[in-house]
This record gives sequence, C-alpha cells and structure tokens, in this order.
Amino acid sequence: MARPGGRVFVARAQVMDTDEVSRALRRIAHEVIERNHGLAQVAVIGLQTGGVPLAERLVAVLKEIEGAEVPLGTLDVAFYRDDIGLRPVLPEEVTSIPVDLTGATVVLVDDVLFTGRTVRAALDALADYGRARAVQLAVMVDRGHRELPIRPDYVGKNLPTRRDEVVDVTSEGVSIGELVAERSQR
Amino acid sequence: MTTTLETPGASTTLPSAGQPGGTPAAGAAAGAAAARSAGASGVRHLVSITDLDRDGMLGIFHLADAFKEVAERPIPRVPALRGKTVATLFFEASTRTRLSFEAAAKRLSADVMSFSASSSSLEKGESLRDTVETIDAMGVDAMIVRHKSSGVPSQVRAWTKASVVNGGDGQHEHPTQALLDCYTIREALLDRTPAGETPPEDLRGMRIAIVGDVRHSRVARSDVLAMTALGAEVVLVGPRTLLPPSLDGWPVKATPDFDGVLDSLDVVYLLRIQRERAQAALLPSMEEYHERFGLTRERAARLDERVLVMHPGPMNRGVEIAPEAADLPSSLITRQVKNGVLIRMAVLFHLLGAGGPLPAGAFGGTESGGGADA
Repeated sequence: MARPGGRVFVARAQVMDTDEVSRALRRIAHEVIERNHGLAQVAVIGLQTGGVPLAERLVAVLKEIEGAEVPLGTLDVAFYRDDIGLRPVLPEEVTSIPVDLTGATVVLVDDVLFTGRTVRAALDALADYGRARAVQLAVMVDRGHRELPIRPDYVGKNLPTRRDEVVDVTSEGVSIGELVAERSQR
Repeated sequence: MTTTLETPGASTTLPSAGQPGGTPAAGAAAGAAAARSAGASGVRHLVSITDLDRDGMLGIFHLADAFKEVAERPIPRVPALRGKTVATLFFEASTRTRLSFEAAAKRLSADVMSFSASSSSLEKGESLRDTVETIDAMGVDAMIVRHKSSGVPSQVRAWTKASVVNGGDGQHEHPTQALLDCYTIREALLDRTPAGETPPEDLRGMRIAIVGDVRHSRVARSDVLAMTALGAEVVLVGPRTLLPPSLDGWPVKATPDFDGVLDSLDVVYLLRIQRERAQAALLPSMEEYHERFGLTRERAARLDERVLVMHPGPMNRGVEIAPEAADLPSSLITRQVKNGVLIRMAVLFHLLGAGGPLPAGAFGGTESGGGADA
C-alpha cells in the first residue's frame, strides 16, 4: 500500500491471522454486550477508514449473538485534527451518522490505537452530533506510545512496538513492519 | 489542463498598476496557466479558475461533499480553521458573495475581519496597496478580494503573505462562482443517477447555454473555463453587442438565436442584465431583451422538465427570467446559493488547512490508511 512521501509498507511479521482477528472481534462483541447489559441504546461508529470494516463486522457479530440490529455510523475526523496545517489533512470519506447520539452509548471502533490523537479528534466530533450517554473505545491493536490520556475499553491485542514501526490491519490480518522508500525512488 | 485559454477583454488595468518596482505578478491572471496555485513561497491562491485543473476542481467538489454533511448536523461547525483569520476586502458592493464567504469561514471556526470601501475612496491609486498592506500587517491568513477593476486580486498577491481568493474582479473572473455552478450541476446529475449506476464524474456530455451579457461578465468567463475543463459543451447566447468580440482560443460557440438552441440544452444559465447596458446603447430596451433572450413563460414551457435553470443572482425577474420561470422545479437557483457556502468552505480549507495538493479526483491517499497514526 502506498504511503505519504512515496514510501511503502513492508511487513516484517504477521502478528494476527484472519482467524485470530475474528476471534478477537467475537470476544469484543461479548464484552460490549456484557458491559452494557445488552445492546439497548448502543450505537457502533467506525473511524474512517481503518475502523469502518471492523465496525461493520462488529455489528454483524452483535446481531448474530443478540439478534439485535445495532445502528452503525462512520466518522471522518479530518476537520477536527490538531495537526491541520502541519501535514496534509483531507477527509477520506463523508461522515455518516444516521442516528441521534443524544442518550446513546457509542462504541467507537478503530483498527490501531497509537498516539490517541485521532480518538481525541473523534470525541470532539461526536460532541457535535449530540450528547452521548457514554463513549467507549474498541480497537483491534493497542500499540502504545500514547500522547494523550486515552485508554481503550475493548482491545483485540496489546502489541508492544517501536515508535517508528508501522502496524497494518487489513482483511488478511494484522502485521508489523516499516515504511521504506520505494525502490524506484531511491 | 487541456484548455489553455486566453482571457479576451480582461484588461488588468489597475489604479496603481504603473508603480515602479511593483509586482512581477501583475497581469499574471490573464496569462492563464501562469497563475497556477502555489507561488515560490508556497502560499496558495485562487485568483483564476485556471489555478485549478480538472482534478483540482473535482477535489474541491469532494471536499464540498464532506462539508455538505457538516451543514446538516445539529451543530454545523467544525474546528478545522481555528486560529486562522480570513479578511473580506470588498471594494465593490456585494451582499451575497460576502455573506457566503463569511458564513463559510465561520463554519470552519476561522475568525473573520470585514473591510468594505465605497468605490470613491479608491480613486487614489496608492490607497489600495496601503489598505492591503495594513490588513496584512494585522495578520491574516486569507484575503477575499472583490474589486471593480480586473486584475486586482492578482496584484494583491504581491502585497500580502496571505492566500488570496478572487471574490470577483471587474470583467475578469469569479472562480468560486464557477466552482459552485459546476458543483450544483454535478449534484443534480448525481441526484438523478439511478441507484446502482455509476454517477458521472464530471460534466461530460452536458450542453450548457450561457445567456445574456457574456461580454462583460466575469461569471461567464470563469464558468466557460470551468465547464469546458470538466467536459461540458458550452454555447454563448446573447445579442451580438453583448457577445465577446472574438472567440479565438475558446472552445465554445456563440449565437444570437436563443430559440434555435433551446431544444438541445441540458442547462440554461441566465446572466444578470445590468440596466446601464441599455443606457450604453448596447441594448434597445429591457422589454425587447426579455422577448428575445429572456427565459420567458413560453420558453420555460418549451423546456424539457430535465433541463436545469440557473442564475448567479441577484435576479431581475421580468428581464432575463420570467417571474414564474425562476420557481420551476428544475430551477437550481436556491441550491446555487446553498452550495456557494459549501464550495467556499472547501476552497478556504484547501488553501489554509489541507496543507497539500488535492488528491487526484478522489479521497484517499493522504492519510496513513493502515492505522499507523490511529
């Protein structure tokens, strides 16, 4: 996958395969139900773009377990980032939040939790859609290096990393590696 | 950009143009591609619609789509340009363009400073430059400039460190109007695309008539450049006295026969007729103009219901458009106003916030994607 600055992601090791991601999602689904005593008033919101496919899968698993249709939304936080002007920031997709969040318990879903700045931006964005009763955070990978006091409620896997490493979550699972200059540009 | 166009009639005469040691940028706006976005300093401007190529325009439209969602929220405001200051310098009277820019800046949480001058105070050549440098010294990130003389926004670039957006200059250009017009047409095309079919990316295949005082119109000039760059076919309609003296280098046709082209159109774009044109003997009378070039009740009835009717405002009902024609279901006139705010949000965010070139045509590619920065 191409990355900013003409660099590409080169995987060094796979840390979760597809089965492990599915099992982690299933466990997170059970934890969401347990913690909220069911799914009444729960809404799932995926962060663009990595959190969206995971949010979709989480909603499907929740339905399978509880038989309840949980509202699903997507959120792009580009306009709320604190690094606007420092680096290219553009929305990747249009935000879509189909329900009023006032009084709801929102489960925010993202693929990787790193500095916490995206989640900070997401919390600001959510406040503009209504006053949620509670916001919980579900991530597939918590890789550490937080720069803000943010803590996930549901974690697929805790993964110790170096700051300069890159964690990549795709439909083929989770891998860790580095960004390297593209050979053609060396 | 496939259409490198001259801008005939765009005289860049400025009150203070003759200044020694003035600006190398002066008159660049007429030089089409020379005015392309970033200068050497990296500050970006929107002085001419040619500052954006086709993909740049589509990038602005995608941003506007994102802002459309923002506008529908309970709290229609995002903090994207917090701490930035946008100054509107309107040396020529305008209500809607100014309000539209100010609403856009405020919805992005920018601070807004407003400067307006009666045109009489600008007769002294030096005062324009002094005004700009004074406002620049207060620290602004963007200046929206409207002036009755062509070329002023281009000149202003040399006097400030801020991004300059052309809010309409003389008979030269009005780039944000062209962007919102094309965005509005594209939106109407998206709305009528059946579910499951791929919507058109640009305006390819659309046949658009721009009717009225094309010769003196900055809206028409920017619209021709934008619409043709997006693949539309444009025909200019008006009395010979109000059509451009030459179409050299313009990929458009011109005709004084409105009825002859009426049945082949997808969009009828009516320009505002100014009463002084009749006084200048370019028009016999407003009544005769309405009969020959107005969207009369009869012509409106002849139009297919799919034909879109547009006008940049403010309308002269009874001159370029019959009172009832403006309220047809296919009239996009109020949507143009609504979309104006979205487009100006997109332009301001592009110039002040996005911090990089627009992605080619679509979202994606600038974020880290795989969660490296989640």
